[in-house]
Amino acid sequence: MDFSNFLLMRHEIILLAITLLLIVAEVFIPQNKKPSIVHLAILLFGIHTIIGFLPATDGNLFGGMFRTNGLIHLFKNVLNVGVLILLLQSADWLQEKIVRQNKGTEFFILLFSSLLGMYFMISSGDFLMFYLGLELSTLPVAALAAYETANRKSSEAGVKLILSSALASGVSLFGISMLYATSGSIYFNDIIQMITSTDLTILGMILFFAGLAFKISLVPFHFWTADVYEGAPISIASFLSVISKGAAVFILMILLFTVLKPLMHVWENIIYVVAVLTMFIGNLFALRQQNMKRFLAFSSIAQAGFILLGLIAGSQLGTATVVYFVLIYVFSNLAAFGVVQAISLQTGKENINDYEGLYRTNPNLSLVMMLALFSLAGIPPVAGFFGKFFLFTAAASQGYYVLVFLAVVNVTISLYYYLLVVRAMFLRKSDNPIPFFKNKIYMRLGLLITVLGILVLGLYSPLYDYIYELSGIFN
Amino acid sequence: MDILSLFILVPIITILALVFTKGLKQARIVSMIGSLIQFGMAINLVFAYFKERATNSDIMVFIRDVVWFKDFNIHYNIGVDGISVTLLLLTAIVVLAGVFISWKMKDLPKEFFVSLIVLSIGVYGFFISLDLFTMFVFFEIAVIPMYLLIGIWGTGPKEYSAMKLTLMLMGASAVLLVAILGIYFNSNADGGALTFNILEIAKVNIPFEVQKLFFPLTFIGFAVIGALFPFHTWSPDGHASAPTAVSMLHAGVLMKLGGYGVFRVAMYLLPEGAQYWSWFFIILATIGVIYGAFSAIKQTDLKYINAYSSVSHLGLVLFALLMLNKTAWNGAILQSLSHGFMTALFFALIGMIYERTHTRDVRKLGGLLKVIPFISAIYVIAGLASLGLPGFSGFVAEMNIFVGAFEHEDMFYRIATVVSVSAIVVTAVYILRVVGIMLMGPVVNEGFLTLEKVTWYEKLGILLLLIPIVGMGVAPLWLSDMILESLHPFIQGVL
Repeated sequence: MDFSNFLLMRHEIILLAITLLLIVAEVFIPQNKKPSIVHLAILLFGIHTIIGFLPATDGNLFGGMFRTNGLIHLFKNVLNVGVLILLLQSADWLQEKIVRQNKGTEFFILLFSSLLGMYFMISSGDFLMFYLGLELSTLPVAALAAYETANRKSSEAGVKLILSSALASGVSLFGISMLYATSGSIYFNDIIQMITSTDLTILGMILFFAGLAFKISLVPFHFWTADVYEGAPISIASFLSVISKGAAVFILMILLFTVLKPLMHVWENIIYVVAVLTMFIGNLFALRQQNMKRFLAFSSIAQAGFILLGLIAGSQLGTATVVYFVLIYVFSNLAAFGVVQAISLQTGKENINDYEGLYRTNPNLSLVMMLALFSLAGIPPVAGFFGKFFLFTAAASQGYYVLVFLAVVNVTISLYYYLLVVRAMFLRKSDNPIPFFKNKIYMRLGLLITVLGILVLGLYSPLYDYIYELSGIFN
Repeated sequence: MDILSLFILVPIITILALVFTKGLKQARIVSMIGSLIQFGMAINLVFAYFKERATNSDIMVFIRDVVWFKDFNIHYNIGVDGISVTLLLLTAIVVLAGVFISWKMKDLPKEFFVSLIVLSIGVYGFFISLDLFTMFVFFEIAVIPMYLLIGIWGTGPKEYSAMKLTLMLMGASAVLLVAILGIYFNSNADGGALTFNILEIAKVNIPFEVQKLFFPLTFIGFAVIGALFPFHTWSPDGHASAPTAVSMLHAGVLMKLGGYGVFRVAMYLLPEGAQYWSWFFIILATIGVIYGAFSAIKQTDLKYINAYSSVSHLGLVLFALLMLNKTAWNGAILQSLSHGFMTALFFALIGMIYERTHTRDVRKLGGLLKVIPFISAIYVIAGLASLGLPGFSGFVAEMNIFVGAFEHEDMFYRIATVVSVSAIVVTAVYILRVVGIMLMGPVVNEGFLTLEKVTWYEKLGILLLLIPIVGMGVAPLWLSDMILESLHPFIQGVL
């Protein structure tokens, strides 16, 4: 066997090595220098992210169980960048709260394991690998959601997440078994040839879809989202809403566009209905939220609804717009969560009312938040606008004008609640505003990267061209 | 760097410079320099346009076309014709006047001027875009700063007004987005590639069914910002709550985006749709004209009077565009310009009166002519221009509109025209009523006797707006020529 083949698994191997290295480091770092584990982890993960951008080759491993190509490679890089930003934004929280409780290393181990699971899930070439990846990506997050053990809401979040995700993966597994029953194989390449549009296949597909819909928090599988986001530490809420959702969207897209392509006439109807429900319910529930984490939870549900507009196109255009949108969404949402994180860490305040008069005391944070919200709302010239416009273009390319119309109605609804936060920060004056504070270097770096991303990703068109070129693989 | 891209670049540089300023003095100096440069560029553009036009007979001149997103065939494509040149000049003048009027902006001055200039980028960009996508981007850039401008620096129920305005305009642009996608995916009807290029799409015969479907969406998408009845409700509230310079810019320039978009996109690209739907929108526009005028009579707040008057005057622009003939179109463009200068002037004067007397309620004012004669005299002139007195810009515009409208002979058009013409009489009523109560008569309030005299920057702002009003009234022909020439492609394409 030629070991150079293992280089196809470069991402996975390096991440595993980092995880193991951190376990070893944990043993050798003396007690009074424990906070330095955070620096080490960020450094190692930064290197890993950079290595990820080196050119890679396409190929299969383990008889087709594991596959990689340019687009999958890009997916993993997107996730890496997201996690890196997230680590930078959480560094202060980790040093001040978590490392003191001697849980620093475990945080990284759990987080990286979950990311490893997502790598395998995205790269899977059969349903076994897919399922292993799915579980590996979910279980550690449940532990992380319950990480603030002193906080009862955090424990509740962990339990809620583990119970509902166990149910979801059970349903998904049931669906997979039906697909296996009708096609006689769990390998994607075999299933593509064998799949026929029988009732059992369709039922299997729907159950399978339900499992992933849970991870993406599509309506009606979204009930866990707001409670878990609210209870979990902010880093984990943002991990769930950005990284975990992004990975699930990728694999759902790959499966819909390749394995389940013959059933497109069925799943496009499902996606249509789910998209409409998700957008409306996400947006309407977001209108009345007071807690920033719950607010962002419903906003991220609505955003998932928009993503489905790209999926419904089922074409190269659809793939490209979805990947592009997710990339932009990573930056926008992380910027919003980053600001929430910074303020929560300094003052413990998490409500929209607490943000009143923020611009007059902390102008920079307010501007970051405003850019992030404008990007989420889709207002030019920030990146979110381009992401959304192209998603709508993808849906319109298949003639779904009514769906696009419903989506733009939702954009307007969503603008209302995004502006509520802007209103609190800029328009209102408060007797008791959040006092001025200076962020530490990691947080500033984390926010800076997101802001650059928000400003540049949309206007810089070669990026989209690159993604579009790669997207040809699945069609 | 081409002459048109500078209209985007100079404001951006101004904003970057503003970021480094401290305090009101620096901020206003930087903004003034920036908008003076813009003003100079706009004047220069007029002359450059005449020079270019003498040798170049293309539909658009000074074209610059750079591929942006190649897979969607999206271009950064800009160019101007006579119509856009005049509107650019209008914008530059109103922005400069707005900066002068905001000379004493105390609260967060830097942020105020940044937002104002971002807004102007959107407007400039919109008027020079030849690509639907680029145009749409600039359209939204022009709208969103309004939220902050009204919400932070406004008066009265500012949060409500700001939210209402933003949501209605963004809702309209959402409808517009669907329409733009519809046009885009039908731009290959003749077998070419999909394109957002306005000039290319105009050559394509888009199927009638498609035009019928997307014309109303495009029309409404643009016309909401042009205060089409019944989607005008954002406008009175928004104007009344906005700070002076923002009202000026908004009524003077931003609302012109509506008429321009309707003309350049909806009617030019979907001519058969325009023919099919014109009766319906003529009814709405006529109602807007007469409704705005009558509402203005009942108002007591000066800003509300002027805002409803804008609804009426801009209803006339849409009305004229829908008449689908050359004379009326010429009138529509002239009316856009004339109303732009006039309303901006009105709002500037109202702002000055409010700053001195601390009220905008007509019933509490009186005898102002005796205490602030300069402002009052200009108010009378602006009022006379607004009611269409010959010698001012309003007359030229309305004359063209109604002559054009009377070219149609059937009953429906006649009725609509007669109803619209009658709005002129109503206009005279509300203008003269305000002039009578507010300016004439005895001074009603002791406090008014010590009102501050008009300052140099206020005078500058006023003169900037007054000169074009008189200029257009006295010598309308060079402007008319410039516009009429640019109407040729529309006449060939739409009629």
